[in-house]
Amino acid sequence: MSIGSNSIASRPPLSESSRIARLGLIALVLGAVVVAFAFTGGLLRPEALTPSKMIDAFERANGQHPGFRRNHAKGVGVSGYFQSNGQGTALSKASVFRAGRYPIIGRLALAGGKPSAADAPSSVRSMALLIKLPNGEEWRTGMNDIPVFGVSTPQAFYEQLLANAPDPKTGKPDPAKLSAFFSRFPSAAKASQLIRSQPKAPSFDSDTFNSLNSFRFTNDAGAVQAVRWSMVPSKAPSKTPSAAPTGPNYLFDALIAAVHLQPIEWHLNIVLAEPGDPLDDATVPWPDDRPRVDVGTLRIDHVESEDTSSARDINFDPLVLPEGIGPSADPLLSARSAAYSESFTRREGEHKTPSAVSTTSGVQ
Amino acid sequence: MPSESTRPRTQFAMLSRILHWLMAAMLLSMLFIGAAMVSSLSAYHRLLAIHRPLGIAILVLAVARALNRLFTPLPPFPETMSSLERRLASVSEKLLYTLMFALPLVGWSMLSAGGYPIVMCGAFHLPPILAPSPLLYAALREAHTVLAYALFVTFLGHLSAILFHTFIVRDGILRRMLWRR
Repeated sequence: MSIGSNSIASRPPLSESSRIARLGLIALVLGAVVVAFAFTGGLLRPEALTPSKMIDAFERANGQHPGFRRNHAKGVGVSGYFQSNGQGTALSKASVFRAGRYPIIGRLALAGGKPSAADAPSSVRSMALLIKLPNGEEWRTGMNDIPVFGVSTPQAFYEQLLANAPDPKTGKPDPAKLSAFFSRFPSAAKASQLIRSQPKAPSFDSDTFNSLNSFRFTNDAGAVQAVRWSMVPSKAPSKTPSAAPTGPNYLFDALIAAVHLQPIEWHLNIVLAEPGDPLDDATVPWPDDRPRVDVGTLRIDHVESEDTSSARDINFDPLVLPEGIGPSADPLLSARSAAYSESFTRREGEHKTPSAVSTTSGVQ
Repeated sequence: MPSESTRPRTQFAMLSRILHWLMAAMLLSMLFIGAAMVSSLSAYHRLLAIHRPLGIAILVLAVARALNRLFTPLPPFPETMSSLERRLASVSEKLLYTLMFALPLVGWSMLSAGGYPIVMCGAFHLPPILAPSPLLYAALREAHTVLAYALFVTFLGHLSAILFHTFIVRDGILRRMLWRR
């Protein structure tokens, strides 16, 4: 088939069969474009694990709580600054490591998708930070107080959510489903043991928060260093066993009281990988003797209920990174970015109900 | 043989043709990248890193293209196009131009309202063009999807018309946008 001539008259009319064949071919081309688009968008792949399916699983496991984050639903907003000591510039050219003071907005929260879950000594806690840097750059990070992440892939995460979902009959997760999950994902079983064996800090302000995922630092000379990081509290962790819960918000109440008394601080420690350390598997800890560089101090001097804090409407996407910090090959990172975005989009459009934690309840 | 300037125009101007094919490739890529971002956990971050600067590049080119469209004479419609087809072609052209501007602007506004940094490349960022607003973010995010579907449907209409004229009417309409005569 030629493209056609400028002279229409020179063209003999198409026979009926040729016309039908050509129309069929055109329909085929258009159909192929539509199918390719639908396939790319996941419409023809019901088995594909999409961000939307991941967030649906959270909603099934935790129930519907409009306006709240689908995970780490219960929390408070905090603010203060990060005082960089300049030690990080040898590792990364990111502006955050140049000596100076950078404002932060953050959020301290409980892991899990229930916005009115009761605080418990065993609650997994998180610290999310947005560090405002010069020229519009930002560093956002979400850290947890566990030594490793529970799973190494998005698929395992999804299946864990399904296995953990309460059985409608008992209201509790089905132990058979959980054991099937752990035998299917042995690295998750190991991680779960490690997480349970670590003693929990008694309070937010004595807790250590870890990046869990690995990242890549690039310095001015172009040298690349794989890292993880930890926020280590200035306050020595109490040796006494956790205080018994005095109420459903006792961890948050203690945090609010502590910040009202005086600013609370953490040190940002960058942990340097050595050759052979796993960079793409957040369930595997790095050996304890890895070098650590203290690059500065996080100081939180203000705490605020989510009802008024701007932290409520921040997506603490761990891949909002300044130049000089980049993602590792860990598959959880892109998945966190995608799933957080989906959760953010859903909750931003929903009616907001008050947070279970109000900052005035802490002042007693 | 008459020179380019004296012969009656049967093709779009060189710059128009370059802009057309360049932007066709970019817009189609963006539609597929956008669709993949909605469906993929593993590729999301890499796709997003392309999606933002490519969208802004489309916005810049859309300005150049609109100016070029205003100041460059067009070849006449082929005689084989009915008056209804001519009206449809004009409407769909206006629609495509509108979407070329609207999609990147809505994307930029949406990231601004969502409180995101507008990362282009490395440390280079664009400023926000709206103050953070949760409800506005949610509405703009929805609009971004609706407009993308509208672009895809308009593109399908455009492609159908060209295929029909090229293979059924056989009036050589595609040559107006090609380099061969």
